[in-house]
Amino acid sequence: MSVNVKNIGLFALVGVLILLTGFLQSWNSALLILNMGLISAIMALGVNLQWGFAGLFNIGVMGFVALGGLATVLVAMPPTTEAWAQGGVRVLLALVLGAATIIAAVLVYRAMKKGWQRSVAMIVILVAGFFIYRAVLDPGVARIEAVDPAATGYLGGLGLPVILAWPVGGVLAAGAAWVIGRTALGLRSDYLAIATLGIAEIIIAVLKNEDWLSRGVKNVIGIPRPVPFEIDLQNDPGFVDRAAGLGLDPVIASTLYVKLLYGVLFLIVLLVLLWMAQKALASPWGRMLRAIRDNEVAAEAMGKDVKKRHLQVFILGSAICGIAGAMMTTLDGQLTPSSYQPLRFTFLIWVMVIVGGSGNNFGAVLGGFLIWFLWVQVEPMGRLLMDLITSGMADGYWLKTHLLESAAHMRLLTMGLVLLLVLRFSPRGLIPEK
Amino acid sequence: MDFLNAIVALSNYVLIPGIAYGSQLALGALGVTLVYGILRFSNFAHGDTMAFGAMITVLVTWWLQSLGVSLGPLPTALLALPFGILGCVLLLLATDRVVYRFYREKKAKPVILVIVSMGVMFIMNGIVRLIIGPDDQRFLDGERFLISARDFKEMTGLAEGLAIKSTQVITLITAIIVVALLFWFLNRTRAGKSMRAYSDNEDLALLSGVNPERVVMLTWVIVAALATVAGVLYGLDKSFKPFTYFQLLLPIFASAIVGGLGNPLGAIAGGFVIAFSEVTITYAWKKVLGYLMPDSLAPDGLVQLLSTDYKFAVSFVILLIVLLFKPTGLFKGQSV
Repeated sequence: MSVNVKNIGLFALVGVLILLTGFLQSWNSALLILNMGLISAIMALGVNLQWGFAGLFNIGVMGFVALGGLATVLVAMPPTTEAWAQGGVRVLLALVLGAATIIAAVLVYRAMKKGWQRSVAMIVILVAGFFIYRAVLDPGVARIEAVDPAATGYLGGLGLPVILAWPVGGVLAAGAAWVIGRTALGLRSDYLAIATLGIAEIIIAVLKNEDWLSRGVKNVIGIPRPVPFEIDLQNDPGFVDRAAGLGLDPVIASTLYVKLLYGVLFLIVLLVLLWMAQKALASPWGRMLRAIRDNEVAAEAMGKDVKKRHLQVFILGSAICGIAGAMMTTLDGQLTPSSYQPLRFTFLIWVMVIVGGSGNNFGAVLGGFLIWFLWVQVEPMGRLLMDLITSGMADGYWLKTHLLESAAHMRLLTMGLVLLLVLRFSPRGLIPEK
Repeated sequence: MDFLNAIVALSNYVLIPGIAYGSQLALGALGVTLVYGILRFSNFAHGDTMAFGAMITVLVTWWLQSLGVSLGPLPTALLALPFGILGCVLLLLATDRVVYRFYREKKAKPVILVIVSMGVMFIMNGIVRLIIGPDDQRFLDGERFLISARDFKEMTGLAEGLAIKSTQVITLITAIIVVALLFWFLNRTRAGKSMRAYSDNEDLALLSGVNPERVVMLTWVIVAALATVAGVLYGLDKSFKPFTYFQLLLPIFASAIVGGLGNPLGAIAGGFVIAFSEVTITYAWKKVLGYLMPDSLAPDGLVQLLSTDYKFAVSFVILLIVLLFKPTGLFKGQSV
């Protein structure tokens, strides 16, 4: 069996699994799996760029995904004019001052000679800058958050079409990646891992607490959509007629139609990114990255700028995660900062890349679909299994209730098991690197 | 009088919680640093190992409580602790046998082992949630306070109360005993010395007849004990919730790295550095400053540098500063 046949077979298998979901459960959930699978595949592509191409160990995926989510709010939500009038300028000024403080500290660090004078000067600048920043920021924030807190209480966005948020999400994530990369990329792999883990937690903390920016845990709901609303479709006689022509109930037809539209949009993005990633992999730049990954010292001796390449690929990979995050928030139609969990948004993506095959873009995409399918379907399967195990027990017996309740936690166990099994018996993944 | 009040307020809200939290972090960081020193990878499953050990202890505590066994003023959990340690030792030894040994024999790259530990983390997390569920569990009993705020006020006549929770004292005492035992073991016994030798220079230790499998086994046993003690102390002091243990991973790693990975003394110092920075930066200083400053200068706001939700940011920033300016940590650690 040739390699290509095997790979096409694997993709076909995922397709069949999703089709089976459609036939056995409902087409609605099949399309949901497909859409989230497309987004997961894009995230996996981003991580694969960093880990598979360059061997960079980034476990802050969640942070970049969340930044993408923030981008949809900042781009697509209508601006809260009242809040802008109350304190918008003040907050912007505070942010500029904060940035200026850090730049000043860096400049002092570069300009002065090593010694205690330099340390003191830096500490003075940073501490004074922090207090000035807070003094300017806090009143503005208080006034913004006082503007109709039940509905807005934040600055809102720019009111632009939501599709624009996708590239903006990528840019936001790229900016954050640049800052992290500049500071942490020179460090050893474990240190980079901890640094990215930390930055992701901080980004989530910012989203949860800075109400003026993202409404915090009050969530932003009703983000504009790039596709029509189901209810509008149901009221559109033309659509109802066409649905009837296909023999479908208009309510079901409208939900399926909307999901399909999303699916097409996501598929376009995935194909573009996949094409670009393939081109990059085959280019001299891609070969250089792999050379660096396989032997950093040798590559450096050949005159390759290891640090710069690492920074580039780190930014690119994070940007892809940001794009995927913006797409996901668009699909959800709301930003819920408390829903970002590292196990779901960082480590699960890693499982996708490793299982699919690190270093191979098609592998990452396959892993994205397959692991997402498992993640969704393990829960009902776990419940079936628990039903089977407990079928002999009397109703109300404590062990039975406990087992049935805990079926929902089978997911993590299964994911860990899949990861360990693949690492052990097929460490290069389902579609290995060529 | 105001000065005394300020000191009492400071101890009540900053010093004592900081010491307790620091001891918990130090115990956690010791586990991470030992795995790093001997097995040479960053163990991402450590937070969930703590959760597992604590979970066994919680279950045994409930069982003992249902039998009516108690330690009087002390929490029953202390009686259950050895069972928790035993359970955790068995789990880690089994994990090593089934998972890690394969990669050790293959001499896999450290980063592969880190990814493997991610898988172990998922599984342990799943096991804990399967058995005890994701919710908060309370298992503290016995006397809650050594000194309550009201008693202290009556005793001293000060306006500020000083509350010392019994769990804070227990945390500190247990941590001191555990650390003393660990250092005695590492520095005075033959097995401990062979562990240090193995960590310093693997090849030389092997040449001198150190049995590597034995060293690894000993390490897991010690790490299990440390993780369980840390997990139980944290659970007694705050509360037991599986997800918080996962979140502890960041401050624990920060402590170990700040102190110098692979260096036990550094892990303890790092734990306290991280704990005190977190507590001081997220504490609202209004009260203390109000006592110290003349009324006219007393602050209006809370004088809280960062809200408590940003405590991760604090450990992270300290970590970054240390990594940028002193990459091997405050105490000299390894850099493999």
